[in-house]
Amino acid sequence: MITALLIGLPLVAALLLLFTNGEGAKRIAFVASLAELGLALFAFYLLRTSPHDEHLTSQMTMNVPWITSIGVDFNIAMDGISMVLVLLTAFLVPVIILSGFEKKHDNPSLFHALVMFMQMALVGVFVARDGFLFYVFWELALIPIYFICLLWGGENRGKITFKFFVYTLAGSLFMLAALIVLYLNTPVGLSGTHSFNIVALYDAGQNVLSETEQSLVFWGMFLAFAIKMPVFPFHTWQPDTYVTAPTQGTMLLSGIMLKMGTYGLIRWLLPMTPGALETWGPVVIALSVISVVYASALALAQKDFKRLIAYSSIAHVGLISAGILAFSTKTGTTEGITGAMIQMFAHGVNVVGLFFIAEIVLNKTGTREINELGGIRNVSPQFATLFLIVLLGSVALPLTNGFVGEFLLINGVYQYSIWAAAIAGLTVILGAVYMLRSYQAVMLGETNKVTAGFAALTTNEKAVLFIVCAAVIAFGVYPKPLLDIMQNDVNALASMITESVKP
Amino acid sequence: MKAILLLSGLGIIALFAELFRFRKALYPIVILGLLGTIATAVSYWWYDDGEYNKYFAGMIDFQGSAVVLSVIILSVALLWFVMSANYLRTQTSETDHTALVLFALVGALILTCYTNLTMLFLGVEILSIPLYVLAGSRKNDLGSNESAFKYFILGAFASAFLLFGIALVFGATGSFDNLSIAVFVEANKATLPAFFYGGVVLMMIGLLFKISAAPFHFWAPDVYQGAPTVYTAFMSTVVKTAAIVAIARVFISPVFGTVSEFWVPIMGVCVGLTFVIGNFSAAVQTSVKRMLAFSSISHAGFLLLAVVAATSFSAKSIIFYTVAYSVASLVAFSVLLNIIRITGSDDVESFNGLGKKSPLLATVMTIALLSLAGIPPTAGFFAKYYVLTAAFSSDHYWLAIIGILGSLVGVYYYFRIIIAMYFREAKEGVEYSVDAQHQALMFVTAVATIVIGLLPDLILSIGTPAAVVAETLQK
Repeated sequence: MITALLIGLPLVAALLLLFTNGEGAKRIAFVASLAELGLALFAFYLLRTSPHDEHLTSQMTMNVPWITSIGVDFNIAMDGISMVLVLLTAFLVPVIILSGFEKKHDNPSLFHALVMFMQMALVGVFVARDGFLFYVFWELALIPIYFICLLWGGENRGKITFKFFVYTLAGSLFMLAALIVLYLNTPVGLSGTHSFNIVALYDAGQNVLSETEQSLVFWGMFLAFAIKMPVFPFHTWQPDTYVTAPTQGTMLLSGIMLKMGTYGLIRWLLPMTPGALETWGPVVIALSVISVVYASALALAQKDFKRLIAYSSIAHVGLISAGILAFSTKTGTTEGITGAMIQMFAHGVNVVGLFFIAEIVLNKTGTREINELGGIRNVSPQFATLFLIVLLGSVALPLTNGFVGEFLLINGVYQYSIWAAAIAGLTVILGAVYMLRSYQAVMLGETNKVTAGFAALTTNEKAVLFIVCAAVIAFGVYPKPLLDIMQNDVNALASMITESVKP
Repeated sequence: MKAILLLSGLGIIALFAELFRFRKALYPIVILGLLGTIATAVSYWWYDDGEYNKYFAGMIDFQGSAVVLSVIILSVALLWFVMSANYLRTQTSETDHTALVLFALVGALILTCYTNLTMLFLGVEILSIPLYVLAGSRKNDLGSNESAFKYFILGAFASAFLLFGIALVFGATGSFDNLSIAVFVEANKATLPAFFYGGVVLMMIGLLFKISAAPFHFWAPDVYQGAPTVYTAFMSTVVKTAAIVAIARVFISPVFGTVSEFWVPIMGVCVGLTFVIGNFSAAVQTSVKRMLAFSSISHAGFLLLAVVAATSFSAKSIIFYTVAYSVASLVAFSVLLNIIRITGSDDVESFNGLGKKSPLLATVMTIALLSLAGIPPTAGFFAKYYVLTAAFSSDHYWLAIIGILGSLVGVYYYFRIIIAMYFREAKEGVEYSVDAQHQALMFVTAVATIVIGLLPDLILSIGTPAAVVAETLQK
């Protein structure tokens, strides 16, 4: 019931928002997203205090027939893995809405309706336990963000958002094909149809499919997730889209939406085709590691600050992907997956902070060119401090939220292969290089004409940055709640996969 | 069966409307008449026991899938009349147009229920001949004339192929009756003469022409573009549905189903070509009307893919696809009609800035295009999903992949319109007004597109035993 409410609340808010007018829409959306956050925290509390209570499990799940003629159910459930991402979504959406409070939107009610609609779809993706339902939510998330980028984006948005749409849709369609193949290999149940239930699909993938079919399913799904994250060489839509989208759209894309891809790896790809992972693991890990290095190198060369963050995001997500795929059925180690979960949360918070900082710099100076900026610290030391905290989180300094995840991830990859870990570990060094260098160029040095007029932070900007910085430090010093809530479920998932390949 | 009589009577009444001066009352009469026909057709749902449903000495059998599909065709026709009322009213020969459309519908209904190859031929002709006339009904327009002429000449060729094919099949099996042919083919499969297979191929060519599948699609773009827009809409909804039913009734039933290993590869190649040619040609069009013509070719590919798959999913996926596609097409065409009326052009550019100028038109058009492109939660997505399941379950992996890639190209041309509506600026000083009737139609069809997409069981389980429908199509 609670899980259904988490989906229903943003949907109702989105529909209500369509009937409002003017700037009030922001406040309504903000209140709605706070209510959603409250609900998510409540769910978190319940899940944490009584993890093995059957009564609670039945409260958190919902399974009603939807399309009976083909065996599709509206089947949603909440466990630790889903909870972390739902919490991330519920936490970031109000922050994102708040960050736009001082902005003049053209047609604010539609904009915020789309944001809330997107939240509905994102939560749906994270809690769906039915292949068809998962796919529908997956696609539903794409429509609002497409229109957000198309209607409120920057220059040349027609072409760029279109490329984004076609890329992601292409991936999705191959995933759909993979899901159909799995579906057709599930046993025909009492109702006379195959089933899309995740357990049935797991079983079909692990035990029924031939080796070739498993490989095809593996690649069909990997393609969808790899494009969404994105991983090299499927990343070419990303930098342009991130730069062109309105900042709040970029935050949604990078903060939450790309987690759909990494979450998909954990929930759908690993358990579905463990055999194919053994075969293709080296290839996909190599792709992930290449994206780490390649994106870091490109980030080094960027002059546009927003674009630099976009590339840094590819590098981070490459490491997450490598950590997840380094899961091996032989050892059953879970560090990679745990690290990925923590890092997904941390990356979401940090990247939203960074994009907001880029937006502030653009608004106050009129440019995002790193070389034209400099010396902002002299004008606004407060901003410099807040920026530094977010940045340190992003480069994974100990005691910031980025550290825990990155450490576990590299640990996971290390257990898979020392070389992969060594190369992927470069991300830490390179990340520090390009982030600190850009910090130096933007904030330090002589104040010049462009930056001299850097106005003081407004209350609203301060509020957003404080929230982000608080999260960066809080989860760096005390990541235990997040670790605790998912550890059991990650272990259960891992042992389920390892069991499945044992003869 | 009474539906066919009722409809023919309605057509004759329409012819007399001019003579007896009740032209003004014709529109309500047609609407009521169609509602009555739908009710009559529905009443047959509960009779599927033998003689009551048969007619013309058993040459048609109105039951099961025939009922469902004729109700679909009639409902789409009803919506079509609502959409076209304004256009028809402006025509001097309004009554003739109405009568011809009604006669064409009679042909479509026959195609849903024929059990004899002569009725197949008659149905195709009754459907086509009024359309030749209607395509050329804008007498002073060169494009319309060209359209009618092309359609007629090529259509006549296709009919000849079909007829010759039927004759060859008769020669080989000694019967026009579907059941007798099926029994004969089953019994003498090994010793069938080569010209039987020739007959099958010729019939396939004739029918593929009617549904505008590649490589027999060359008439479609010119005819669709030249014909008055309302008739283009009629051709790409009602006619397409009737044509796919006609194909399904011989090819996935035991009539030719027993020799499927012969024709499936041939039709499979046509389906692949249809995906490629339909989608890539649509992608380079600047006229929206012509683009919709090519896109209807690619949709024909999906419908035929369900036939090629020939599994238990096929019948249901054809029914669902025709509903989803027809409804979305009607929305798209009624928006297009309004755009042509307002801006005088059917170019993609005439959609510029519609998002700001007329949110209603832009929203319903977006829903229709999302459905045509097959994106959830619209009906079009589920339709595509269902056909793909049919294809995968019969191991037509390659055709399914080509279909998937084709629909990606589809996204390109459908989204060009969406981008134009929301991204580009409109010309100043154009007044976008839509009359109440069209507004209601668009609202209903757009909502239907989403509701069917969210609750596909509404269609899939019509009158609980959807399996019955599947069975009768395969009988």
